[in-house]
Amino acid sequence: MEVDRGAMDCAVDAQSLISMSLMKIHSSRTQRGGIKLHKNLLVSYVLRNARQLYIREKYAEIYRMQQYEEVMAVCSGIQELEPLEPLEPLEPQGAEDAEPEQPGRAAGCGDESRAAGGREPPEPPYYRSCCMEDQFSQNCNKTTVLDLDTHVVTTVENGFLHQDCCCAAAAAPQCAPGAAARKRKVDSAGCSPDAEEPSDYTAGRKRLKREECSGADASNISNLISIFGSGFSGLLSRQADLEQVCSKQALASLGAWTRAIVAF
Amino acid sequence: MKCFSRYLPYLFRPPSTILSSTCHTEADIISTVEFNSTGELLATGDKGGRVVVFQREQESKTQPHRRGEYNVYSTFQSHEPEFDYLKSLEIEEKINKIKWLPQQNAAYFLLSTNDKTVKLWKISERDKRPEGYNLKDEDGRFRDPSTITTLRVPVLQPMDLMVEATARRVFSNAHTYHINSISVNSDLQTFISTDDLRVNLWNLEITDRSFNIVDIKPANMEELTEVITSAEFHPQQCHTFAYSSSKGSIRLCDMRQAALCDKHCKYFEEPEDPSTRSFFSEIISSISDVKFSHNGRYLMTRDYLTVKVWDLQMENKPLETYQVHDYLRGKLCSLYENDCIFDKFECVWNGSDSVIMTGSYNNFFRMFDRNTKRDVTLEASRENSKPRAILKPRKVCVGGKRRKDEISVDSLDFSKKILHTTWHPHENIIAVAATNNLYIFQDKVN
Repeated sequence: MEVDRGAMDCAVDAQSLISMSLMKIHSSRTQRGGIKLHKNLLVSYVLRNARQLYIREKYAEIYRMQQYEEVMAVCSGIQELEPLEPLEPLEPQGAEDAEPEQPGRAAGCGDESRAAGGREPPEPPYYRSCCMEDQFSQNCNKTTVLDLDTHVVTTVENGFLHQDCCCAAAAAPQCAPGAAARKRKVDSAGCSPDAEEPSDYTAGRKRLKREECSGADASNISNLISIFGSGFSGLLSRQADLEQVCSKQALASLGAWTRAIVAF
Repeated sequence: MKCFSRYLPYLFRPPSTILSSTCHTEADIISTVEFNSTGELLATGDKGGRVVVFQREQESKTQPHRRGEYNVYSTFQSHEPEFDYLKSLEIEEKINKIKWLPQQNAAYFLLSTNDKTVKLWKISERDKRPEGYNLKDEDGRFRDPSTITTLRVPVLQPMDLMVEATARRVFSNAHTYHINSISVNSDLQTFISTDDLRVNLWNLEITDRSFNIVDIKPANMEELTEVITSAEFHPQQCHTFAYSSSKGSIRLCDMRQAALCDKHCKYFEEPEDPSTRSFFSEIISSISDVKFSHNGRYLMTRDYLTVKVWDLQMENKPLETYQVHDYLRGKLCSLYENDCIFDKFECVWNGSDSVIMTGSYNNFFRMFDRNTKRDVTLEASRENSKPRAILKPRKVCVGGKRRKDEISVDSLDFSKKILHTTWHPHENIIAVAATNNLYIFQDKVN
């Protein structure tokens, strides 16, 4: 769904829209006259739209990070072997040859790391990318990427979105619950359709209050989204559970990235 | 004040008095306005469950300048707040809609509804009272029968005019969801009441039974994607009615086809323009009001930013689209934040179906002339309205240099909204509800 973001008068953040919508739904339950079905239906449409954009952006972000990691692995691998050999990824035709080497890229988000020619141990992507950061920090801090399709130059910083993985400063054990929660989100879309939305939402709200990490908002909102998603599955098409949605999104962004070259 | 007759086919004068309550509380907010079929009476309903009926003064030769002004005729409490013990829900007393029945005798009848219950009210005048009872004194005390030696026949004596309203029918327990509209059939025997998911058909005489004629509730409520927002009977064809949905479509149904009118006979929808897609596309395409034209050939619908006129013979797109306040398109996010995006504006035809009118923010209301394609923005406010003066057209500046008389989009007061308006069936008299104030504007024509 393409969104005309340019038309928005404020910095429309999918996240802020999601939290605003959830607040509206929550407060409607205490409004005089009972829950207004029409208004809540409209709010849920905004929620769905914002959620779709949020997920798409998140997965694009993660996919970019995956690309970065693979590129870094290629770099370090090549540097170990022959620093002067022409690097396949640098040449346009080389980029196309590179495609069959990584046939599994289209498989879906969860399989990203496995498909990368086994260069990395198969781990859940979000958790892994955050914690593997230190390995590559000595090699390069920035990577500039030119997309041959769109001719867009992007600089990928070394910094990951720490908020994806609970606190930046938090130790690994503390990260695990957040990562586990996110992994659960990917794996089990449309979980427990019988789960009562109000109580789940309350649990989600309590979870929201308990979190003290500054960067925890994104993962908490993801939790709330997954909770809420089970209650409004009618708004999504039947076949599109979260995993397929994200793989479609990844596929959509795949075309551009397979033709990208990396410049140092 | 300069006369702006160039811009308007007619000029509207503010009334000599602006009718409003002295103190503004939530309960005083007007929630519906409706002229009766002759235009002699004007009814308003408010959030406190009260109905106030105004009557037009007879034109008098001695005071020609008081040509047909509206004065309070009757006030009564139509609905009270209720509590649904089963669901632990409070039922608001706010009057959602009032519809008049055409006059058939000396009394006036109207239907008023809140979220759950429709009531038929009889408003009648009493200007005589019987005097000379045998068993009762003039002050009402009973007389001892043993003291009565003669009998007399009571006679009707004139008294001060008293207008009384009595509830003649109560149509209840037929709606699980909130009633959004009622519509009296042209057969004058039946009416429909509509909530988010169902349309029920009633006979005006029968209160313990209603027929469900439209039901869009899905088997699994999680699959709900649209609700009914308004429904209206065709003005002449007693078997035809239309209902609008939150998805921006209108369905025309024929009650002769089947008992349950789930299958429409006409479906009006304009395909969405993908270039204007946003987070709020679904909200702004939801239809808040649907009205048949007086001649029965057209339908008018109001969504958040536009008014559309549909030809009943053409289903794939509207005949005319009018932008009410397109400058709000870039402000949808903040309007979502402050809930204004959920405001339900009504729209109304004039008597000849040549002009349509609808409200906006900042106490502005807009009129569109369908023939000349001219439009005007007027304001209902105390400050700008002196008695006998002529309303000055207003203009919203959408960027660039703001001229002296213009108001910029950012200065608009979104708490002042005109949701409810009504037009006299034959003359150029309009009633506009601005929060707790009722403005009645009349044509200047002498």
